[in-house]
Amino acid sequence: MWSFLGKRLLQMLVTLFLFQAATYFLLDAQPGDIADLLAMSPDIPPAERDRMRAELGLDRPPVERFFKYVWNFYQGDMGVSFQLYPREVTDIVKERLPRTLVLFFTASIVSFWTGFVTGKILAWKRGGFIEYASTLVGVILYTVFTPWFALMMIWLFAVYLDWLPAGKFLNPMVWIGQPLHANDVFIRMIWTALGGIVLFLIGYIFSNTLHRKARSAFRYGSFIVATLVVLGYWEFFTGGLAPFAWDILSHLILPVLTVTLIGYGGTMLLTRTSMLETLREDYILTARAKGLPEKVVRDKHAARNALLPVWTSLVFSLGSAVSGGIITETIFSWPGIGLTLLQAAQVADIPVAMGTLTIIGILTLLSHLVADIGYAFLDPRIRYT
Amino acid sequence: MTSISQSADTAYVPIWRVRLNLLLRGMKTNWAMFAENPIGLIGLGLIIFFGLFALAQPILIDTVWKPSVYDPVSGYDIEIAYHPSPPSARHLLGTDPLGRDILSQLMYSTRFEFALGLISAIVTVLIATTIGAVSAYYGGIIDTLLMRFVDLIIMVPFLPILIVLSALMAIGMIQLALVIGILSGFGGTAIVIKSQALTIKVKPYIEAARIAGGGDRHIIFKHMVPNLMPISLLYMMFVVTGAIFSEAVLSFFGLTEIDMSWGLMINTTQVFGYLLRFDTWYLLIPASLAITLLCAAFYLVGRALDEVVNPRLRQR
Repeated sequence: MWSFLGKRLLQMLVTLFLFQAATYFLLDAQPGDIADLLAMSPDIPPAERDRMRAELGLDRPPVERFFKYVWNFYQGDMGVSFQLYPREVTDIVKERLPRTLVLFFTASIVSFWTGFVTGKILAWKRGGFIEYASTLVGVILYTVFTPWFALMMIWLFAVYLDWLPAGKFLNPMVWIGQPLHANDVFIRMIWTALGGIVLFLIGYIFSNTLHRKARSAFRYGSFIVATLVVLGYWEFFTGGLAPFAWDILSHLILPVLTVTLIGYGGTMLLTRTSMLETLREDYILTARAKGLPEKVVRDKHAARNALLPVWTSLVFSLGSAVSGGIITETIFSWPGIGLTLLQAAQVADIPVAMGTLTIIGILTLLSHLVADIGYAFLDPRIRYT
Repeated sequence: MTSISQSADTAYVPIWRVRLNLLLRGMKTNWAMFAENPIGLIGLGLIIFFGLFALAQPILIDTVWKPSVYDPVSGYDIEIAYHPSPPSARHLLGTDPLGRDILSQLMYSTRFEFALGLISAIVTVLIATTIGAVSAYYGGIIDTLLMRFVDLIIMVPFLPILIVLSALMAIGMIQLALVIGILSGFGGTAIVIKSQALTIKVKPYIEAARIAGGGDRHIIFKHMVPNLMPISLLYMMFVVTGAIFSEAVLSFFGLTEIDMSWGLMINTTQVFGYLLRFDTWYLLIPASLAITLLCAAFYLVGRALDEVVNPRLRQR
């Protein structure tokens, strides 16, 4: 296992290096550079422009600059944004990455859980009207033109019903004149949410030791307790930060709902196909012949084995969430990594584009690694040596 | 003597006719399996509808529609005072903020969506089938190199790279189709096809071909590739869906150099600020619905083909 991990990490480093090289030279091939951009004014003499170029190191050959970039990258320095001039790219990424991760982690996990459960039941009750109807809904959710779907959601919930804000990260009218940084509140929200999840998981794991009848009641109970603890913390122990947290949360609901629905269709269809393949296996016949209850055959024998491809798809979608998030983040003006990349590409802000692309690449690589490790847990036949 | 030659004459059937008959028979059984599934038929129906839709536009321009009014890119209706105008007898789906007929734009764009999907699907299948077959056949160092390269391509985030490329060069329909085709050809499709090729490689007929003295190239292209075609065809459908979707998203962001497409129609709506107004629904909904339906159509056909190609999914 450890030698496998070591080998994989080495491979990942090589892949990341190749990825960085590809993106760096691609971006470098763009006509014009920062010196042209900064010295746009005709009053600046060409000699001055050359001096600026030499000072920025732009007169060096691209290969040398690339190695310098990689060297700096591993020391945590990704350069300075052109667009928001003195801000460092590292700083921008640090600010925006949590927003993207929260949006897509929440949406992916919810959509995969619900999609898996419904797909499982659909495959079990094959044929008939319900199957066609739900397959059609799944296909529509899966192939719907995402920007349009997001717009329709905004139209329905933000314009027509007017329940939720239409986009953006927060409402400036609430925050104006407050000595607060929105990101501090947001990070605190993430930690409390994680605390609540850990609390619930402890209750969930403990419930497995209980008798079957008490189990589900205990699970619901621990869910309610965890929610109450988180809500109580925000109400009584943060010194009146709750309205601000609610402001961010209310902006988060609509994008999460949209991404969840889009992901739901794909997962449901995939689970259904995977279940149908599993149900043909001999061990399902054996399980039935043994006289096991239908529910046990479905959940313990079939669904467990059908989970493998769904797990792959979950992990990959977490990895590609950031890149796919460009669409959702743009429509909802959610200031995450995807929107940052799109804006950077549009104004040729190369350091920011490079930085966000690298982060996307790292996330993808990590998710592939997690997928491989997860296989070993899900399928005991897979062993890494 | 004569009777023998006569019987030899009647027994003689040219080899192409044998192949054609086999092909037709295979197609007939496959079609029967395909037609069992209403989902695939819905998809096929939608594709045929869009095909007719695309063909109708040049005919209408030649006969009923005046080009100066109904041209999808440069037309303008001066008889209507205020654009965008709601649907009327003159413009069945209204006009856009620049005074152009929306139905005409919708129909005109369809052919490019088909062309885009088809080109990228063909490029994908050419690349993916070759890589898959070669990698599975030779194995060893060639396999490792090709698969690591595929891993690298899979890692490349699709949309961001297209956005970066659009900053780099003017992306037209052909360039977009090629980029999408190459990226998905070297990507996930190659892995799926390789895993299929691995099962074909150990089939007895490959061994028979080798014993008969077939060279590597002969075996790969005459024996392996034809047997990979069904699964390639299946993945073509999914590539078409992806290609149409990517084009629409890029055009929606205003990053392509295409003169008219469904994504661009939504982009125009956004640029003129009609995006979240429901009274001008005819600017947004027809184009979005067309993208969704055509993507869904190819996806549905792909799923139905999946059940034909993959026997484990069949109901019986």
